[in-house]
Amino acid sequence: MKPAWSVIFLTTLCGMAQGLMLALVGADVIGGGHVTPLSARNFFSGGAVICMVLTGLGLFASFFHLGRPERFWRSAAMWRTSWLSREVIAVPAFFGSSALYAWAHYSGQPYAMALGLLCVICALALWVCTAMIYACLRFIREWASAYTLANFVLLGCASGFTLASVWAAWAAPAWVPGYLNAAYLFLIVGLVVRLLMLKRNAALKPVSTLQSAIGIKNPKIQQKAMGAMGGSFNTREFFHGKSALFIKNMRWVFLFLIFPVSTMLLALAEAKISGALLVVALLVQYAGLLAERWFFFAQANHPQNLYYQVVS
Amino acid sequence: MTQLALVIDLNVCVGCHACVTSCKQWNTSGTAGPLEDLNPYGENPSGTFFNRVQTYEVGEFPLTETVHFPKSCLHCEDPPCVPVCPTGASYKRKEDGIVLVDYDKCIGCKYCAWACPYGARELDEGRKVMTKCTLCVDRVTSTTLPEDERKPACVMACPTSARLFGDVHDENSEVSVAIRERGGYALMPEWQTKPANQYLPRKITELIDEAKL
Repeated sequence: MKPAWSVIFLTTLCGMAQGLMLALVGADVIGGGHVTPLSARNFFSGGAVICMVLTGLGLFASFFHLGRPERFWRSAAMWRTSWLSREVIAVPAFFGSSALYAWAHYSGQPYAMALGLLCVICALALWVCTAMIYACLRFIREWASAYTLANFVLLGCASGFTLASVWAAWAAPAWVPGYLNAAYLFLIVGLVVRLLMLKRNAALKPVSTLQSAIGIKNPKIQQKAMGAMGGSFNTREFFHGKSALFIKNMRWVFLFLIFPVSTMLLALAEAKISGALLVVALLVQYAGLLAERWFFFAQANHPQNLYYQVVS
Repeated sequence: MTQLALVIDLNVCVGCHACVTSCKQWNTSGTAGPLEDLNPYGENPSGTFFNRVQTYEVGEFPLTETVHFPKSCLHCEDPPCVPVCPTGASYKRKEDGIVLVDYDKCIGCKYCAWACPYGARELDEGRKVMTKCTLCVDRVTSTTLPEDERKPACVMACPTSARLFGDVHDENSEVSVAIRERGGYALMPEWQTKPANQYLPRKITELIDEAKL
């Protein structure tokens, strides 16, 4: 598949916002640490505003993926059958719940923590909807597994908790070590899951072949012409256009950037008690996340490519 | 329940592309507006076509066959492109089973194209909406065209009668008879999309002795 940057930004930014929301509500519920009520109020409400900003940016980016963005308002219509429609409902729900949470904490409402649980439900629902958009396409087998959802959640949490530690360094420093520990945990589990996902995808044997695509049983079939000399939508949208070596290298780029490199930067920041280093770690991790999402798209093989192979 | 569909006879298709050009012409001069045609005489032509003819070589030299393979939307009975559409622009007609795109609702998100394993849907770069074979629903349901011309443009254009049109749920229709007698098959049956369009395989044609008839 051809990776679309607008969707890459949408899923990574929203994922980070969802992870951050989990981090905020987690601290809200567990509490503890030497954080004054005023700091806590600013931390939670400000953090929820950050969630809203990231979600808004992601939503803005996603508009560039549409051929007719002015008709976006129609896209919630088929929520009964389409995961994309459900996501279109889940994103504003998450955004709205974050806004309520921000207001509830800022104005000192007693039910603010309960609203936080609503935010968590919205975040989880949004992850399910986003992941299912890809996982429900049963013949894009690199995507059609539970690993897709697990990967989105774990990487979202890893980046969200990293962002939470950056925000806490500013607004509630006592909570930074707790957030960093959680971030390390998500990074380790995320690495394991991502490696399992890579292993699974490498072992996939194609179910669709030229034989099933044209219905002729001869073991030797070769396309001689795809019926057009120039390109078409089918040759542009379903192939990433890079070399096999590029794809192979990209795998290592994102694995290294997200997992060892950003983890070491986080540990270094913790050792040196440096907020600036935390920001650097977050930026490096985000670059890795962009690469990971790009690879997720690029690795998918669509069976329609069987029909579009050769220009004669 | 009617299910209109095409049956493509791979035994007689010669790859002339008459179906491709007649389809393009009929759909580009319709009420929906022209289909994209970028650089048609230039170096890298690109455009939107509902029907394309591909060519495959089957077997190994010297025992090879050249198979010309026309493919357009297969109007699946369980179309994967319909439930994924967020706006409801992608739908299957109940009266005749034709799968269509409502161009006024489509937001061009390309999710339906991702969902089609056959690559039957294309984003028209000019109009920025998804387009696909309509089974010439405007010809088929026309009340002004002569009766025998109420068929898809590609069926009328094919010089070898490689394209047959009819109701695959009607046992006595031309298409059902062809599928039954000639062993018509569906493409990529492993995904259980139940395509309505079927293909007739190659067979060894026998000469008929005129004297014996």
